[in-house]
Amino acid sequence: MINRKQQPHITDPIHLPLQLPAAETFTLSNGVQVYAVKAGAQEVVQLELVFDAGNWYEQKNIVAASTNFLLKNGTRHKTAFQLNEQVEMYGAYLNRACYFERASVSLHSLSKFLPQLLPLLVEVLSESVFPEEEIHIYRQNMQQRLSVNLKKPDFVANRLIDAYVFGEQHPYGKYSHLSDYDALTRNEILQFFQQYYQNGQCTVFIAGNLPNNIEALLNHSIGQLPLNGTALVKPEYSIQPAAQKKYFVLNDDNGVQAAIRLALPFPNRHHPDFLKAQLLNTVLGGYFGSRLMSNIREDKGYTYGIHSYIQAFQQQSVWMVSTEAGRQVSEAAIEETYKEMLKLQQQPIDEAELSLVKNFLIGTLLGDIDGPFHIIERWKNYVLNNMPMNYFDITVQNIKSTTAEELQQLAKKYLNPENFYELQVV
Amino acid sequence: MIEFNRFVLENGLRVLVHEDNSTPMAVVNVLYDVGARDENPEKTGFAHLFEHLMFGGSKNIPDYDEPLQRAGGENNAYTTEDVTNYYCQLPAKNIETAFWLESDRMLSLAFSKKSLEVQRKVVCEEFKEHYINKPYGDMWHKMRALAYQVHPYRWLTIGKELSHIEQVQLDEVKAFFFKHYRPVNAILVVAGNVTTEQVKQLAEKWFGDIPMGEKYVRHLPAEPTQTAPRSLEVTADVPLHAIMKTWHMAGRLEQGYYVADLITEILGGGSSSRLYQTLVKEQQLFSDIQCYQLGSIDPGLVTIQGKLVKGVTMQQAEAGINAVIQQIVEQPVSETELTKIKNRTESVIVFEDMALMNRAGSLAYYELLGNAQLMNEELSRFQAVTTADLQQGAAAIFNPNNVNTLYYYSQHL
Repeated sequence: MINRKQQPHITDPIHLPLQLPAAETFTLSNGVQVYAVKAGAQEVVQLELVFDAGNWYEQKNIVAASTNFLLKNGTRHKTAFQLNEQVEMYGAYLNRACYFERASVSLHSLSKFLPQLLPLLVEVLSESVFPEEEIHIYRQNMQQRLSVNLKKPDFVANRLIDAYVFGEQHPYGKYSHLSDYDALTRNEILQFFQQYYQNGQCTVFIAGNLPNNIEALLNHSIGQLPLNGTALVKPEYSIQPAAQKKYFVLNDDNGVQAAIRLALPFPNRHHPDFLKAQLLNTVLGGYFGSRLMSNIREDKGYTYGIHSYIQAFQQQSVWMVSTEAGRQVSEAAIEETYKEMLKLQQQPIDEAELSLVKNFLIGTLLGDIDGPFHIIERWKNYVLNNMPMNYFDITVQNIKSTTAEELQQLAKKYLNPENFYELQVV
Repeated sequence: MIEFNRFVLENGLRVLVHEDNSTPMAVVNVLYDVGARDENPEKTGFAHLFEHLMFGGSKNIPDYDEPLQRAGGENNAYTTEDVTNYYCQLPAKNIETAFWLESDRMLSLAFSKKSLEVQRKVVCEEFKEHYINKPYGDMWHKMRALAYQVHPYRWLTIGKELSHIEQVQLDEVKAFFFKHYRPVNAILVVAGNVTTEQVKQLAEKWFGDIPMGEKYVRHLPAEPTQTAPRSLEVTADVPLHAIMKTWHMAGRLEQGYYVADLITEILGGGSSSRLYQTLVKEQQLFSDIQCYQLGSIDPGLVTIQGKLVKGVTMQQAEAGINAVIQQIVEQPVSETELTKIKNRTESVIVFEDMALMNRAGSLAYYELLGNAQLMNEELSRFQAVTTADLQQGAAAIFNPNNVNTLYYYSQHL
């Protein structure tokens, strides 16, 4: 007879070998640094070009994001349609994304088509023309999209909370208005493109089943672009947090739920508390078995989900608690969240819970570095944030060695309800 | 090509093993042959609520998540109109914990009153978050009820209304469990750094003594052929007018399914697709437009939906859609365009198969469809579709009597 009451023997994941596979690196003839992970059984490749072209560098709201979005919308030789059709003819995906400091252009394709796709990528990065008509359509559609999003309490809450923490003038805190799209001009986009893409600062990350001549392929394409010439001067912005801490915004009279955001300004990745705080955050609201989920979802049923996370930005991070809770119980959900923070201050986390969280985190890391795309994602994160190249090992070591006392000290230092910005949007 | 081995336990549990020793992880995936289509029309949302209860403790194990997390694992589950699927991923070394957990909740749930009370509330909040407190959140509720008159696809997996979920009783939960959650109605897939021998031994050990149960045979009413177009007008507190049109299509195992899927790719797949290029870029009737099919096992729906550019009337927008449809019905698709969508489809399949979790889930799903080997034949089925098939398929789907239209007006315009 088997004993169904007893968990089978496990190896504590903290004792399993855990190593991040290395990334190869080389420099193209124009000085662009490439990080490459050659792995995986599938014949696919992911290529990402990261530029210093986030909204940090724009003179006027939404210029960076608009330039990035419109990169696919026409070159000197091809209309937007022709460009997209060619990419899609190879079953490939050409995507772009804009963040605070960085913006990226990425390509996913079957490995066999990479040589045909690289010239298209080069064309986009050197000869985009941003036709007036494309800007007009973009403006109209983005304004419509924004007007729909403004009806969503979670969207409104996400914008406002960042503005409270960083100030509306700061790249982390500013957000788009309908009028920004009216004010957008082609000239601003062209200038931004020339400075930050055509002649910009770029780093390349590539992963998957790479052809043997990958270095030559990249050199003959991306390596020919006038990138990484003069170093950029990064503008400085000061953070201007709001004085008021508590907010209630009525967005829709008939709303049945409140979007709740609690936010605490928190140091960036280089601060000595950062890694241990990740562990404390996991206990608080970082996984399904967290204190917040156990109490507010699994015991009280106030919400479908409640999560906490540290949004790690370069200048300063923010520690956030986020949930959508029934309108009648939203105050109670906030109260319970603060109670859980105070509990972490008052009592050390017991051994069973701490070892569970450590095992869970290590197990997750093990799964997270499975496959080339996940591996390159780690390296990208370390490279772009100037982390030491053994940061993965440091992270693992840190999970293993952190004690309950250290976490209690951290909770006392950071998880003070009165220091959190508190927002409800109905 | 995804390799796998298959065997069946005496109690009818089907087991598939996909060995991949390039990863330190393992995935255990349990699929139950029950979805929202198997619900009583007066008690909709039940299958999904039940999925939540599967985490509320089983006969011998008070908490599912805790021991799994201790073993370094994570898990989740989803319910669709057709199936309920549970999956966890953990270091392969600790795989026995997953067998222990999954077998105990297949043996019997704890049927805790508290869990039912809490999860009723949690699911109601889920309902509000995704379908009530969101602009356009009720479009599919209305469309399903319009397009299906007898088949249970006429309600959404989340349920028709909150009251159905609020009223669920514990004895109904028990009855549902012993009807559907039996080995004979389940498929177990184990993938990753494991061997078939090891899985055989563990499956026997943990699942072997669970009573077989009765094979559930479904007798769902087939949706009769639609003989006249249907439409519904709605006015809501949204900033823009929207339109949604659906057409009945073939079931998952028919050749017509592959044809319909490729048609939706031609019309709505990517930025060079016909609807996007014609109606968003050239005519600027829509600020966004999508075309897709539901992927359901019983005959599903081809769907086109979009939001109108301010100032465009519903009649203009609909005429725009109709012209694009007329073109695909009347003129053959070029070989180049067909090659493009086939390449896209190949790429989607290859990228999907990268993740171990997806490979395990797909094997379970195709086994449910009748044969896990189908997973490896998907691409060739798409590749066999010709331009003539597409034209014929388009004519059948876009028959004017086969359409359902939801006109969703903004009260502010």
